Amino acid sequence: MSMRSPLGRARGLGSAKDGTHHFWVQRVSAVALVPLALWFVFSVARLSGGDFFMVRHWVHAPSVAVTLVLFIAAALYHSMLGVQVVIEDYVGSEGAKIASLLLNKFLHAIVAVSAIFAVLKVALGQ
Amino acid sequence: MAQFSLPQNSKIDKAAGKHYPAPAGAKNVKTFQIYRYEPDTGKNPRIDRYDVDMDKCGPMVLDALIKIKNEIDSTLTFRRSCREGICGSCAMNIDGTNTLACIKGCDEIKGDAKIYPLPHMPVVKDLVPDMTHFYAQLASIEPWLKTDSPAPSRERLQSEEDRAKIDGLYECILCACCSTSCPSYWWNGDRYLGPAILLQAYRWLVDSRDEATGERLDALEDPFKLYRCHTIMNCSKTCPKGLNPAKAIGEIKKMMVERTV
Repeated sequence: MSMRSPLGRARGLGSAKDGTHHFWVQRVSAVALVPLALWFVFSVARLSGGDFFMVRHWVHAPSVAVTLVLFIAAALYHSMLGVQVVIEDYVGSEGAKIASLLLNKFLHAIVAVSAIFAVLKVALGQ
Repeated sequence: MAQFSLPQNSKIDKAAGKHYPAPAGAKNVKTFQIYRYEPDTGKNPRIDRYDVDMDKCGPMVLDALIKIKNEIDSTLTFRRSCREGICGSCAMNIDGTNTLACIKGCDEIKGDAKIYPLPHMPVVKDLVPDMTHFYAQLASIEPWLKTDSPAPSRERLQSEEDRAKIDGLYECILCACCSTSCPSYWWNGDRYLGPAILLQAYRWLVDSRDEATGERLDALEDPFKLYRCHTIMNCSKTCPKGLNPAKAIGEIKKMMVERTV
């Protein structure tokens, strides 16, 4: 049983002086995703029934490739921020929390770089 | 820390509950199912059922609890004081919602009245939760006027518009109904301040007479103290005084962004 005073426990390690940036960029990325996600969904719907060459031709257009890269970057950044919140909410032990937070960042980075690389490969290829 | 498995001795022992029937001849009977727990005995909690003759009982849930304690079972333990919704002592979970027993009418409850202590707080006995950490968290935000300017010889002046900004905040009676209805407070209450304390913090942040706004924001800017609020809104839904802690927290977040961008 801890002999620390209730006020000492409530104050804990004090304020991290952090969190506002996370809060703000989560909202900025959400706003960016409104047009980007709408554009993506409508574009993919229009491609339905199309073949491989049609899709490749679509990605080949510079405007499409750039918007796709923006969409991937915004979506995965937003997702990384969101998953971080879930981990902070529900993972209690410090070791597991830090491991999950690292895994979250690494996995999102891998997926983002791979997806962007794939778009560029198609867009810049012959 | 999120804890999904129940601690030892917290599961309700259904077989152990006692039933206290209404006196013979009672015509208007309502059953109160009340959580009973005494940690010192080492036994699990149980639900006791009290049949109360409502023709000889006041209209509020608190009236029924007092009648039960006075006439049926004096071991039933709960906090109460003002019996008119201003002290916050009789906050408990009634019919699935945190509220004050003294302003909740028995006739508002369909069927049996199920009464539990405020959720996710350590229980001292029966309906009495341990509020130590909650009060320490209130002390941690330093809920008093802070100024560096020399004290004036008369009262500190405030315009009518500025005074109006603390309407909807100063009325909070710190009953803890909101904080104990908040899932974020359940999982991370050791670090997250919770809606009641954050509403108090905003009450001082928005007070035009206070000169420590920046310091107060510094102290709150923390992923756990403030940003565990995910706008779930249970707090505003349950507040027995009709206040809106979720809005107050939103205003704090706005102030945080305002001084950054």
